[in-house]
Amino acid sequence: MSMPYYVAPEQVMKDRAEYAQKGIARGRSLVATTYDVGIAMVAENPSRSLHKISEIYDRIAFGGVGKYNEYDQLRVAGVRHADTKGYAYSREDVDARSLANLYAQYLGNVFTHEMKPLEVEILVAELGDLENQLYHIAYEGTITDEDRFAVLGGDAETITERVAAAWQADWDMAAAIKAATAALAGPDRTLAADDLEVAILSRGNGRRTFRRVDGEELAQLLA
Amino acid sequence: MALPLFPPESDPGPDFVGLLRLTPGRAETPTRMETGATMPVPHGTTVVALRYAEGVVMAGDRRATAGNVIAHHAMEKVFPADRHSAVAIAGTAGMAIEMVRLFQVQLEHYEKVEGSVLSLEGKANQLAQMVRQHLPMAMQGLAVVPLFAGFDTARGVGRIFNYDVTGGHYEDTDFQATGSGGRDARSTVKLGWREGLSRDEALDLAIQSLYEAADEDSATGGPDPVRGIYPIVAFVDADGYREVPEDEVAARFGALIARKQAERAR
Repeated sequence: MSMPYYVAPEQVMKDRAEYAQKGIARGRSLVATTYDVGIAMVAENPSRSLHKISEIYDRIAFGGVGKYNEYDQLRVAGVRHADTKGYAYSREDVDARSLANLYAQYLGNVFTHEMKPLEVEILVAELGDLENQLYHIAYEGTITDEDRFAVLGGDAETITERVAAAWQADWDMAAAIKAATAALAGPDRTLAADDLEVAILSRGNGRRTFRRVDGEELAQLLA
Repeated sequence: MALPLFPPESDPGPDFVGLLRLTPGRAETPTRMETGATMPVPHGTTVVALRYAEGVVMAGDRRATAGNVIAHHAMEKVFPADRHSAVAIAGTAGMAIEMVRLFQVQLEHYEKVEGSVLSLEGKANQLAQMVRQHLPMAMQGLAVVPLFAGFDTARGVGRIFNYDVTGGHYEDTDFQATGSGGRDARSTVKLGWREGLSRDEALDLAIQSLYEAADEDSATGGPDPVRGIYPIVAFVDADGYREVPEDEVAARFGALIARKQAERAR
């Protein structure tokens, strides 16, 4: 019987992190930003049916980048958590913070205890009465909260710089979506409506604030 | 609380009721009781649904009775099930309202998990399963009999489904009513219904049917101008579920009563 090699824990963690980062970098990025009456989420996604952005609850949306099957499993778990909580207590007791914490715990656990880390980065966005919250959770369970904008994906640093340069506190939905699209595209490309998946959480939408912006409406917004 | 993740072989899919069964700490509804339900519990009564040109209209009175006592004067019996459907209830109030709450979450849960809306037929079948699961309680006197109606976005028409306590559900082409005053309400609608009713005509007919039911059935509440309590009326059409504002319902009742008085004075 051969003895297993000794590998330093630092090395194990570094390898796992590298593995996860590589997986995430293969996919396209996502930008979420607040605007005057809501939150807009824009992702580069040529698929019409395999969504990166989805509804979790009345005022909560989910965004994921990386490996589709992994973040989609997390999305469904989020819907289940929110719906059971809202059913057991009340709709107003469902909040993004507790869900973001659960995601962070789970991702952290998988990162340290399992062979393979999850190759995902996720976003939990919550529309508040006064303040919006964007919880950004990385593959190893690190959670950060933003109240202006968040960028997920491989090319996050350069995209963040572009969004930060354009960001305004009171811009409207069209301006926010346009700027997010330009930030995703960069100076050398242009992205059309067909390359994008866009959704908003808007205060004007009634109880369920989530709405997809697509087709003709999106094309006109970007024109 | 941990993230609700399931291994593939026990994943409940988009089924919220199945998910609840797998969620620890949830109290099961009792399915058998030692004594029969002889104590009076609040019962909701008359609800009516009818098809009109653009969809369906649904209405329900506001009275709940427990034996010969009026338990509530302002109970609501008509609810939005989701954007394009409505559910109204007759029977044991507490259980019926809980069933509606579960049904609403079930439809929304399916929509979010699957990313698509159930067909109207699918929604009606879901509700049938819930009523059927309730059968043991119904046999002990705690029956829940819903009425389901909605706008079928695929076919572009309003449709109405009627249930019995065993979960049997039957599609009614034009109109249906259930509850203790259901027979009187149905007869009234039957006399006034025709194909292609306008919104206002449908509203008047629904209101009149509840008025006549309240006239014949002690468990059905009529309009109550003293407290300002009027039946709840909702329309479901291509634009979705909309409740009629209370003052409009009040004005319609006012007109109906004036008409009746004029007829008597003649």
